Amino acid sequence: MSAEDRIVFEDVSKFYGDVLGVNQVRVSIPPGITTLVGPNGSGKTTLMNLMTGLVQPSRGSIRVLGIPPSDPERLFSVLGYCTQFDSFPRGLTGYEFIYYSLRLHGMGAGRADELTARALERVSMSEAAHRRVASYSKGMRQRIKLAQAIAHQPAVLVLDEPLNGLDPMARSEAIALFRSLAAEGSYLVISSHILHEVDRISDQVVMLSNGYVVAEGQIQAVRGEMHQEHPLQILVRCNRPGALAGKLFAEDHVCDVRMHHDRRGLVVATRAPEVFYKLLGELVLEGAIDLESVAPADDDAHSVYEYLIGSGGAQ
Amino acid sequence: MNEDGTTAWRMRAAQVAAVARLELKKNFSLRRGIAVYILAFMQFLIFAAHSIASARGMTHCDGSDDLAMYAGVFQVFFLRLAVFFGCVVIFLNLFRGEVLQKSLHYYFLAPVRREVLVIGKYLSGLIMAALVFAAAAALSYMVQVQHLALTPNRALTSTAMGQLPAYLGVTVLACAGYGAVFLLLGMLFRNPIIPVIGVLVWESLIIFFPPLLKKISVIFYLESLCPVRVPFDGAAHLFAISANPSPAYVAISGVLLLTAAVVALASVLVRRMEIRYGSE
Repeated sequence: MSAEDRIVFEDVSKFYGDVLGVNQVRVSIPPGITTLVGPNGSGKTTLMNLMTGLVQPSRGSIRVLGIPPSDPERLFSVLGYCTQFDSFPRGLTGYEFIYYSLRLHGMGAGRADELTARALERVSMSEAAHRRVASYSKGMRQRIKLAQAIAHQPAVLVLDEPLNGLDPMARSEAIALFRSLAAEGSYLVISSHILHEVDRISDQVVMLSNGYVVAEGQIQAVRGEMHQEHPLQILVRCNRPGALAGKLFAEDHVCDVRMHHDRRGLVVATRAPEVFYKLLGELVLEGAIDLESVAPADDDAHSVYEYLIGSGGAQ
Repeated sequence: MNEDGTTAWRMRAAQVAAVARLELKKNFSLRRGIAVYILAFMQFLIFAAHSIASARGMTHCDGSDDLAMYAGVFQVFFLRLAVFFGCVVIFLNLFRGEVLQKSLHYYFLAPVRREVLVIGKYLSGLIMAALVFAAAAALSYMVQVQHLALTPNRALTSTAMGQLPAYLGVTVLACAGYGAVFLLLGMLFRNPIIPVIGVLVWESLIIFFPPLLKKISVIFYLESLCPVRVPFDGAAHLFAISANPSPAYVAISGVLLLTAAVVALASVLVRRMEIRYGSE
């Protein structure tokens, strides 16, 4: 995949006076859902604003599918950005908010009307469309911003904390919408500081801390690179946990074996998960144990983030 | 120009129209424009009061000074205060207002060159200001002419009607010139009140400036275009800017060039603007 098919940051730094926004960011984002992960102030919004030209880099360069942010005519034909700002042009209804933004694309009235109706439908806001935005609830405002960002059917969608303010039903609908857009081949860049959400949404993550990118890639792949420093913990449920523990203590790659608090399984820490899984298979074939379930216990975004930089405010 | 270039320019023209249309819808309702309407129609009230007072015999007026009176009020009050502060209200908020409301980013996230945005916003302000102030100028002038028609000097009414287009033209040029200046100030300054006062002082003191510096002002050109020279006496001579007014073509070109230069500067600056509401 060439740089023309990716979102590329090359040694990008941004300083707000003496304050660091992000530093020496080198990231290449493929299609699918990419989540920027990090606590408040880690640089997620700065990266999004840099990508969309709302702020300009102090150093380095950015290309979105080969287009620099300094070329808004081309960039915003392919990109939609739902920002975190909970503010709107005054006096407009939800319909007008989307319709007029489409007219700025140079669209005629008919086409703008058609795309507005479609976007409103996708976020379930058709009924409230002709009410003023000022009268909307927080969740409705979030949805109308999302509709405005997707209305022109962009290939790249940048969403800053898009699930904030949404009720559980709306969250599920939004996540389903993100998945369907990703399945259609779109690029979705989503920021979140709620890590359990990240696991549900992401194809890959970019983890940030204090303006630096500390990891990038699929969560499991990032976790895989940490096995020496932070052995993978695997929860094994079987009929004879004590016997299994005895066998595992003899293995070099196994660092720790603990009985699960419900005493119906073991939590095994290993630096070589592949070797462990092979051994487990052999024990099952020998009839030494009856296996109920096997699952990694710390390969989610929360655990990875905690190993990399501590919890640091992430939830 | 090739076909792609023509299409691009058509697109930009459509975008300018879209920006102007949206701005007019957002900003120029009766409630939001109330300060501008009051400023614009105060001159009408002055001449309406004069006409009523004269008709009721409260003042004696034979009409001989009516045209000079209108010219004086037009130059001293209408141009220097009403249009000036009306343009402050309209044009300062085109960018500054959006920053305060945290809604400017919606424009910056549209596939619109920022220069196009500046021109669209400027045009919306100019349409609003020109319509309101030209209407106010015409209405107040018609009241004065109507009054003149009832005086012994009623023969001057035909001369007076011939001067109306010049007053309307000067009003529109004033909106264009001051509008450009305040559009720029609204982009440059977090708190533009001090710069606005600076412009007011500059425009008021140019009588003391050398000829070259006088050309960097809007009122210098406008005064040259006014159809009636006001016989300022005594301390009022401070309002007379130039003993030798410029020819009309020089004055019109001067305002338009000044306006174009300021809008061009705003177009350059807007490309460097960043969205950082938190630090505003």
